[in-house]
Amino acid sequence: MSRTGSTRTTQADATGGTGRDRTPVSGADVCVVGAGPAGALVADRLADDHEVVVLEAGPRFDSASRVDRQERALRPAFDRPDVWDVGGDRDAHTNSGERFYPLNHARVKGVGGSTLHWQGMVMRLHEDDFASGTTRGVGPDWPIAYADLQPYYREAERELGVAGASDNPYAPPRADPHPMPAFEPSYSDSLFAEACASLGLDMHSVPNARNSEPYGDRSPCVGYGTCQPVCPSGAKYDATVHVERAEAAGATVIDRAPVERLAHESDRVTAAVYTTPDGETHRQAADAFVLAGGGVETPRLLLLSASEAYPDGLANSSGHVGAFFTDHLFAGVGGVLEEPTRQHHVGFYTSGCDQFYDEADEQYAPFKLEFFNYAGPTPVGMALTGDDWGDALLERLQTAYGGHVAVGGLVEQLPQEESRIRLHPERTDDRGNPVPDVHWRVGDRALRTIARANEIQRAILEELGAEIEWVAGPDATGPAYHHMGTTRMSADPRAGVVDADCRTHDLDNCWIASSSVFPTGGAMNPTLTIAALALRVADHVESTY
Amino acid sequence: MELTRRDAVAALAAVGATGAAVLAGERAIDHAAGNADDGGRGERAAGPTADGEDRADAETVRTTMRAVATVVYPDELSGIDTFLERYLDGRLDGGHHALALRQTVAELEELAEAWYGDSVAALPAADRDSLLREVGADTAEEDPDGTTAERVRYYVVNDLLLALYASPTGSELVGLENPRGHPGGITSYARGPQ
Repeated sequence: MSRTGSTRTTQADATGGTGRDRTPVSGADVCVVGAGPAGALVADRLADDHEVVVLEAGPRFDSASRVDRQERALRPAFDRPDVWDVGGDRDAHTNSGERFYPLNHARVKGVGGSTLHWQGMVMRLHEDDFASGTTRGVGPDWPIAYADLQPYYREAERELGVAGASDNPYAPPRADPHPMPAFEPSYSDSLFAEACASLGLDMHSVPNARNSEPYGDRSPCVGYGTCQPVCPSGAKYDATVHVERAEAAGATVIDRAPVERLAHESDRVTAAVYTTPDGETHRQAADAFVLAGGGVETPRLLLLSASEAYPDGLANSSGHVGAFFTDHLFAGVGGVLEEPTRQHHVGFYTSGCDQFYDEADEQYAPFKLEFFNYAGPTPVGMALTGDDWGDALLERLQTAYGGHVAVGGLVEQLPQEESRIRLHPERTDDRGNPVPDVHWRVGDRALRTIARANEIQRAILEELGAEIEWVAGPDATGPAYHHMGTTRMSADPRAGVVDADCRTHDLDNCWIASSSVFPTGGAMNPTLTIAALALRVADHVESTY
Repeated sequence: MELTRRDAVAALAAVGATGAAVLAGERAIDHAAGNADDGGRGERAAGPTADGEDRADAETVRTTMRAVATVVYPDELSGIDTFLERYLDGRLDGGHHALALRQTVAELEELAEAWYGDSVAALPAADRDSLLREVGADTAEEDPDGTTAERVRYYVVNDLLLALYASPTGSELVGLENPRGHPGGITSYARGPQ
């Protein structure tokens, strides 16, 4: 297959984008929608032998701006969405569910996607997560098993660069060690270890998509401590790694090119219709399409592509496009010790506890525990928000910083059909398209499990001798910003949007690479599974075209 | 405890060369300045801009910031002049942040003259403290595009505090030798208290 379009748009545009060629590439084999981790991995995997075009709604960020963005992360004048320029009419949305969902805190639009601001935790789902209905008695089974994904997990860990160890007795089986050694446990981990040992709890390392040593041409972590929302050193993996690799192999990446609808025939997508900053509308034709816009924008695009043949939205014969929107729920307890705990030296955590994960059943969801290295306020954060300065400020900081501890955790949310992403009937975005309406619901099983996690977290802190200051329980929980479930995978076309290969049941040449295909979410951070599925999608596209 | 040029370099590593407000405030500041034809260096001479806004020259900024630092920094610190000399090299070389800093310092100096009859640096420390509080910089929330109080808080008071507490020596006063924003390596988090 020919590759002709690779040289036109590989340069970053310092002028803000008005001078770039954003016209369609002729003769494209594969069009990828979205330049986050899934889209980037698919593009990279296919670019050697295919003409690949990636359409990205957001901009290509200048890597030199990362330190400026870090300052935004440190200063109270800027909110989380400001760090990566999220918000405004482009990112307008509504909330109609019983729980508020802070969507623009939960995503980044641009080359690299939400890996630009993610925490970088990369656990594999457990074997039971793929068979929730069978083993736990609730939710659907995935149409694939852990064994099907295991080789792709291995590849994904090597692609992203994962620092980890094999000391977790509760982790699913693995054939190889992680690509890099795990980060050492923190000082506060050593405090937790004594308390956990007394309670019979097993602590273990956690896998980080963050370099514990040089990896490829990327630096090891240098301890900026601002992993979430920005890593200036590039030691934390983000999808620009694979975007750049794909471009070097000949792929074309067009930024600031939101896809507004997918033109189609009855059984195939024919073109991605996108607009550019000059207001022009273009059609990118291709033989195959891979949708990788995440758990909100992907179902939104399918709904925006409704037609006479698909009046309820493209690829929506099942009626499930946008349905079963889930996230992971946060559970946590924090407190203070009367001794230094050495928090905020780094921005990631180094130890966890998966001991209770596989005890999940109908009543209780899987959950994991995380031992924070960043509990309590930061000195810089406090210094910039008080009404004191000089010696009085220093005294306040010395009093407030030092002894904080916290145990967090993630809890699975069972999919519910009425928890969903819809098109708002009236409100439109900067292009005049209906905005996504987030209708998020959380069921009793998750809330019950949060309370259970809180009991364990509280016991750990009490064993430590901490004075408990806060509890993120069933009434105060929030999402972990992991959008899942909205184009679920099922072997049955009536029960899912995509099949076991992540190809839409309705359209022969359209795949979805995203956490939106997860039938259930487990309680593990989803990005490694997204990456593994993306690599599997690439293999399937490769074998088909 | 003594601040050094290395601390200043570390603080600059946390905030970059151009400042967080660049993208958000770029157009507003360009408009206020009437132009941005100095190559983004923000080093043009003092004087009114196209819409009449005054900017302090670089030396006035340095003098004013040193004077404010004696109020907002704890007494036990030494080496402040050396620290700020290097830190402000970076901040005054930073395009739109530099421009906005100079505008804000000019406003603060105008208020010092109007209310106390002298420049900020010439005022007794107690009067400098009072001036900052009367401006409202103690209770204002920082905002790079806000009121005078909010901008004095952002570009003057909080920038000095950010520089201090994002530097290893400043943060060590609090017991944290590798503060957020400082690439201080990945060994200190595993060490116990010294």
